[in-house]
Amino acid sequence: MKVIGQDTQRVDGQALVRGNAVFADDIKLNNVLHVKILHSPVAHAKILKIDVSKAQALEGVVAVFTHKDFKTHYYTTAGQGYPEPGPRDMRILDSTVRFVGDRVAFVAAETLEIAEEALGLIEVEYDELPIIFDVEKAMTSDISLHSETGKTGIHNAAKNVAAHLDAELGDVDKAIETSEHVFEGTYSTPFVQMASIEPHISLTWLDENNRLVIRTSTQVPFHVRRIVAEVMGIPVSRIRVIKPRIGGGFGGKQEILNEELVAAVTLNTGRPARIEYTRAEELFAARLRHPELVSFRLGFDKNQVLTSIDLNILENCGAYGPHALTVMSVTAQKALSMYKAPSIRVNGDGVYTNLPIGGAYRGYGAPQAFFPLESLMDEAANAMNIDPIELRLKNIFKVGDDIPIAKILGEGREGFPMVLYSTEVAACLKQGRELSGWEQLRSEKKIGRYRRGIGVAVAGQGSGIPGIDMGSAFIKMNEDASFNLQVGATDLGTGSDTALAQIAAEVLGVSVEKIIVYSSDTDMTPFDTGAYASSTIYISGSAVKKAAENCKTMILEQGRLLLGNAAAEIDGTFVKDRKGQSISFEDICIKSFYTDEQKQIMGTASHMSYDSPPPFNATFAEVEVDTLTGTVRVIKIVSVTDAGQIINPKMAEGQIEGGIPQALGMTLSEFMPFDDKGRPINLDFNSYHIYTARDMPELVVRFADSHEPTGPYGAKAVAEIPINAPAPAVTNAVYNAVGVRIKHLPIRPEEILGAISRNEPN
Amino acid sequence: MTIQFELNGRLVQANSLPGTTLLEYLRSEEIHSVKHGCDHGECGACTVLLDSSSVNACLILMHTVNGRKIETLESFSTHEELHPLQKDFLNEGAAQCGFCTPGMILSLEALDREGAEIQEANVRDALNGNLCRCTGYVKPVMAGLGTLQKSSSAGGDS
Repeated sequence: MKVIGQDTQRVDGQALVRGNAVFADDIKLNNVLHVKILHSPVAHAKILKIDVSKAQALEGVVAVFTHKDFKTHYYTTAGQGYPEPGPRDMRILDSTVRFVGDRVAFVAAETLEIAEEALGLIEVEYDELPIIFDVEKAMTSDISLHSETGKTGIHNAAKNVAAHLDAELGDVDKAIETSEHVFEGTYSTPFVQMASIEPHISLTWLDENNRLVIRTSTQVPFHVRRIVAEVMGIPVSRIRVIKPRIGGGFGGKQEILNEELVAAVTLNTGRPARIEYTRAEELFAARLRHPELVSFRLGFDKNQVLTSIDLNILENCGAYGPHALTVMSVTAQKALSMYKAPSIRVNGDGVYTNLPIGGAYRGYGAPQAFFPLESLMDEAANAMNIDPIELRLKNIFKVGDDIPIAKILGEGREGFPMVLYSTEVAACLKQGRELSGWEQLRSEKKIGRYRRGIGVAVAGQGSGIPGIDMGSAFIKMNEDASFNLQVGATDLGTGSDTALAQIAAEVLGVSVEKIIVYSSDTDMTPFDTGAYASSTIYISGSAVKKAAENCKTMILEQGRLLLGNAAAEIDGTFVKDRKGQSISFEDICIKSFYTDEQKQIMGTASHMSYDSPPPFNATFAEVEVDTLTGTVRVIKIVSVTDAGQIINPKMAEGQIEGGIPQALGMTLSEFMPFDDKGRPINLDFNSYHIYTARDMPELVVRFADSHEPTGPYGAKAVAEIPINAPAPAVTNAVYNAVGVRIKHLPIRPEEILGAISRNEPN
Repeated sequence: MTIQFELNGRLVQANSLPGTTLLEYLRSEEIHSVKHGCDHGECGACTVLLDSSSVNACLILMHTVNGRKIETLESFSTHEELHPLQKDFLNEGAAQCGFCTPGMILSLEALDREGAEIQEANVRDALNGNLCRCTGYVKPVMAGLGTLQKSSSAGGDS
């Protein structure tokens, strides 16, 4: 392969390092209205009265919207397939507010300052309702957050259960009963924020044909088009969504967050509109990772082989249910796709509370699965006196294994059968063991104030949503043998435009510079479900590969026609025959445009897959625990990944290097506390601490040699996998260092100190 | 209030309302490399050079820049030639989404102009005010270290 596996420079790299105007906000709109949202100051209330007359009277205010301005229509803001797998429980503006941050009203004004001032002039009378923060209490409470008729897809509104799943294979209770060893525990993961540095921003205007243009920082332009059309009651044909360069998304932009508000302003006033979240709004009024309370029971036989996995999930959805079912279902799928056990069971409830809204965040429900699972595997290894790496090697799924959970649990419906065609977890573990100094660190004496420890964890993810995710591509040839590649696939800063260009270049036998990529514009590019579920390389990449092959076939046919020899073949960028005749790609295209057998040489293709091959990862964490202060410092992370054939090593490394600090943030530094009224406390980067350049441990990132037969050129996904294993690797390392088992993230020094003083009373 | 200052090598005048920040002014002038990320001087996406020191433009009020010299990433390259830091960011894959890249390059340039000996620790210190959620800082640190060490051994000011 000439292009696949090379560190091709990013196709958008020049523009990015120059700071060119490529992001959503980097255009100047004349006559633009600035839109601001009035967020609820209370966690649960009915709006008794809302008076906007003073706000409307303020000079420069053009429009104020409240729930009275919209007829009751329930939808979901989750940018997912259609029909959506989760509940439709949200209105654009509602007469009930359900968390501190919920939308009460929005204002459009001539300047941002006037819009902000107007918010303060809106008079709202709230009838406060009882509030529920605890998922277990929510399920037994008399208070129902979503009792209104007309909402659909809620599992049990009376019990605040947004979504539910259960499945069993074999007889888990019996298997546990007869197991030689049983390990169980309940673990929790907290709210964390995606914290893309570019906030959510959307701009709208009417074009010269009175069509609504939405330029927005999104991972899901086609879902934005569909949902805005529905909520605004206008045809899809009247909307064009443009996705420019995106300043990071990580799932936070797999949401129709504010597009419908600016659309309403533009459709009502005829003027361009702009909304941009502040950092504080990002933290409390965007989306967060769903906290989960996860309990596992693992049964092993006398040979340390798993007999059963019993899994219980309580997911905190916050006030609404976007992604409620599917995040929880990913927790279950990923937890049960790692190790082979004859009997498995899952029971899960996604529960409404009066807290901010859970959404899609890199890894989806998988980090919530692997923290408890990999902690318990560590506990089990220690208790059964076997090396934790050996225990994992003994129990992981192997090539050719059927993964039964995939068929039972799909995206809100039954899934599809799944066989593992590639896995290099064992190789990842072996390489990580060597690179991390496993044996020495693990067995070194743990004495003194600062104690080092090492921990390991493995994890899997998927490559797209089987049977659902679809990507498509269009390629057309130009007379210098360059090609326009148009894809619906959404590069949200990952570099997928470049990787897709590499795939097209490899097929067509040209250099990447010959591929001109244009992505994610609903008027200009074919459909794609969007950038989520680690789908772009595997799904959209396969579409690009097929489209390029179709285009190549047409080049060949055209070359044969022009040479007058049906036996001619492609050789490099020529079509040649055995008589010594040849014609270059350039000449084929020029003649096809102007003189002979005229036509446009082009190829189109779509791709959908019933397979979703899991990428795998083994992470080793070396930590140092200060036994005087209880603080944990991560010294080194070794992360070895099986992502199939790597399309672009530097960009793939970048995915891993960027995923690790997000995981470490969830483990050690990122925290979303709320007061007793449900008001968020950490509302800036000073208090919500994401990893900085100085915080970073040493990272050692490697890829296993791997080839996935169903992937484009053997590739699997790489985007989400790095975020799953670091948390349990770190907490297992803490256990190795000081004998304290962390069950609730983030790690708090006081918990470690307390446990140390209990373990070592003097 | 009329103030006068140097912006990317040109003398400019601005009439700004009191309270206007340098970030608001620069973006209104379509200086797009300066990004809005937090408004609190925490993310560094709006980093510019003020008399060769890196500052967060969201914390600088316009009246304080009178008579001073402001540089943004727009002044670093011609349409043909990239600045060495830009080249190395490109070659190392240090820009992922690219939103924080301009700020990072300016922070590294400020470090270079300080003339201190370049080590990984002070490259990390220089980047500490530039939050990045994509790269884990691995490739930006490598790119910065590589460029600035070359630049200091050559004795030039890159």
